[in-house]
Amino acid sequence: MNRSVLSVSGLSKKFGTFWANRNISLEIENGSIHAIVGENGAGKSTLTRMLYGLLSPTSGFISARGKSVRFSSPRQAIAEGIGMVHQHFMLVPELTVTENIMLGDERSHLFAPLKKRGTAETIRKIADTHALSIDPDALVSDLSVGEEQRVEILKLLYRNADILILDEPTAVLTPLETEKLFATLKSLQKEGKTVILITHKLDEAISVSDRVSVMRRGELIATEPTPSVTKADLARLMVGRDVLLRVEHPEENIGRPVLEVSNLSMNDWKGVQRLNGLSFEIRAGEIYGIAGVEGNGQSELLASLWGIADRRSVIDGSVMLDGTSIKGLHADKIAAMGVSHIPEDRLKHAVVPDFTIAENLIFGRHREKKFARTGGFNIPAIREYTDTVISEYMIRHDDRDNQKLASLSGGNQQKVVLAREIRRPDLKLLLLAQPTRGVDIGAIEMIHRQIIETRDKGIAILLVSAELDELVSLSTRIGCLYKGSLRREFTAEEVRYGRSSEKDFKKEIGLSIT
Amino acid sequence: MRAGIFKIAIPPLAVVLSLCISALLIMAAGKNPLFIYQKMFTMTLGSEYGTGQIVFRATSLVFAGLAVAIPFKLKLFNIGGEGQMLAGAFSAALAGTLLPPQTHPVLAVFFCTLSAITAGASVALLSGWLKVSFGVNEVISTIMLNFIVQACAGFLLTGNLSVPSTAHTYEIVPSAQIPQFDTVFGIWQKSPANFSTLFALAACFGLWFLVFKTIPGYEMRAAGLHPEAARYAGIDTNFHILKAMGIGGAMAGLAAANLVLGYKHYYESGLTDGIGFMGIAVALLAFAHPVWIIGSAMLFGFLQYGGLSVNAYVPKDIFLMVQAVTILMILILTKFLHRN
Repeated sequence: MNRSVLSVSGLSKKFGTFWANRNISLEIENGSIHAIVGENGAGKSTLTRMLYGLLSPTSGFISARGKSVRFSSPRQAIAEGIGMVHQHFMLVPELTVTENIMLGDERSHLFAPLKKRGTAETIRKIADTHALSIDPDALVSDLSVGEEQRVEILKLLYRNADILILDEPTAVLTPLETEKLFATLKSLQKEGKTVILITHKLDEAISVSDRVSVMRRGELIATEPTPSVTKADLARLMVGRDVLLRVEHPEENIGRPVLEVSNLSMNDWKGVQRLNGLSFEIRAGEIYGIAGVEGNGQSELLASLWGIADRRSVIDGSVMLDGTSIKGLHADKIAAMGVSHIPEDRLKHAVVPDFTIAENLIFGRHREKKFARTGGFNIPAIREYTDTVISEYMIRHDDRDNQKLASLSGGNQQKVVLAREIRRPDLKLLLLAQPTRGVDIGAIEMIHRQIIETRDKGIAILLVSAELDELVSLSTRIGCLYKGSLRREFTAEEVRYGRSSEKDFKKEIGLSIT
Repeated sequence: MRAGIFKIAIPPLAVVLSLCISALLIMAAGKNPLFIYQKMFTMTLGSEYGTGQIVFRATSLVFAGLAVAIPFKLKLFNIGGEGQMLAGAFSAALAGTLLPPQTHPVLAVFFCTLSAITAGASVALLSGWLKVSFGVNEVISTIMLNFIVQACAGFLLTGNLSVPSTAHTYEIVPSAQIPQFDTVFGIWQKSPANFSTLFALAACFGLWFLVFKTIPGYEMRAAGLHPEAARYAGIDTNFHILKAMGIGGAMAGLAAANLVLGYKHYYESGLTDGIGFMGIAVALLAFAHPVWIIGSAMLFGFLQYGGLSVNAYVPKDIFLMVQAVTILMILILTKFLHRN
């Protein structure tokens, strides 16, 4: 049991002058579930990519089962029994499950017919052993994300991999699917397989792994047996300082209703109903959380509130902001009425990476009078505003005037968006989607504090998040979105009570969204 | 920062490389490249007339380049400069013949230029409209419109608008003619260089200001760089597509003012002679920057007229090849820069 199946010593990877991995030494025990945690950019992906042969190390050694190996392609890694499930799946949607699993390992001669039936049987057998329920004849395009992940795992098992690397496997899963996945991992472990789990969710690392390693800035800080560490320990190791995991939640001071949505329905251009009779209101100074599995109408709800829904879709019902209808208005008009929107995919929707920091800090607010001057922009005013924001939000940069946003770190890009939207003059309503997705644990703390502070300024906040933790700790009330309608709404008392027994409360929310 | 310096170095590097390649071609044609190059310089930049020719050609190319560069800020490829220019030239010539001869020169030039701009912009806007309404690819629609405009102009010309037994229209009234530098200042003697050059310079700087300094320009760049984000920021991308195509077409129309009002004083078939297509290269060499286009247009003007001037020794097609090789070099070097 304690024999190491994969060991790494002095492994480094350098990109230009940047050490993505520096002098990493690690032993993975045979038959263990080994979690590797770390913030974004800590070097977890680089490490796993080297283990899997996608990158070749600058220096250092990898050995599998005591044999020194040097992979130059994933094919060689698979031959050594090492397989990897990527964060973004590598499946061909037009092919069936069986065909996808066979792809690249057909086990038949050139021009000979594929042995699909036999393979499907094998797959079914493997799937049954590990609670990976799947129909081998289904088309991949018909599968849910959770099922696609199972196909990826089956792909590795079919290739007889006994060391499985999973890169952020739970990022796309619902709570229920996550539980299922962990059951599968335990069952694989029982069969003697080794699992390396890359994650930034500390709860998961603690609940499923035997040992856990922490990475920070390209270095491996510590490897500990999981039972001997707490979540706070791991967070401190990851960030390098004490982290406040619970957000302070002072009593709300709730005011007038700001946003009133009643009977909001939306049919997309194909006539498919995306939203079905949504009614809710958000008052000044409260956070209204929307819980739900992705694809249940969240993006449609945000798009219709922000006036950017597809022009061909049909929207019914009413949306009132402070008593004025904003239904059918364009985003610029809605914004001018004191609404900010921080979309889920900030890099894609909230910034222009090729613009400078200042240009991005006024993006979407560039029509404001204080930034304008006859014929053009009021450059001194914009500079002053940029300086204020940069120092207030501690945006790390090299060159205020010429540096493109794309060259800032992810966290600093997030800050640019947050600062711009929260500081919108006369802000009444903030639409917030997945505010901490892809954000480091250290920065999450800051963002959560900002959200509560914004709330306390008397601003109404709509918080759409897939993280139940986040919803429970921030929201005043929570609405559960399922298939385009609000299936259940938890009142302020219920949420407050729920916070005291979080686990049960999350389970209850989970039931209303699946 | 280093990448920036390298980017600026690309065009000169490309020019030097392609001159080297053309030297080989000249040698293959059995001539001494140094002799040819020397001849080329004395007959162009070395003479007043030659310089004037370059300025005249560069003026058309600046407009043709802007016609490509402005839509390119929205990632639109306007291949229709040729057709838009032709429409502009035809309507400028037509307006010039229809005006009463006693019209005040300023008014006459204004009207003819306006008709050229309107015609060019309308053709380009048609492509823009097809794009925003039906999602028709602007490359295809602008190319197709080139043929349509050419056929229409040909039909009208051979119908009853041309001087009998010629392929050109009647001459425009003298007051609509844009004065040449020779007649006013006595410089660049006998060359067709005219005051349109000043319009071209004004257009370059004006558009630079519009694109990089104003709020509409800011929105336009955002819509081009990242249309999805622009939509979230409440920017009407479709409006900017139309605007950019309109401006592009108007610039192509202005190229016609240089040719018709400043030089030929009538419209004839074959007048535009591929200048609209050359504009693509001019814009490319300048990375679609409105001010850099001046330099790039000068270079292409030089190569065009330089090729003609040594036509007696080597075929001028060699210099067409130089132009083409320059563009290929730029594409290769830019890709190379992005890879590293």
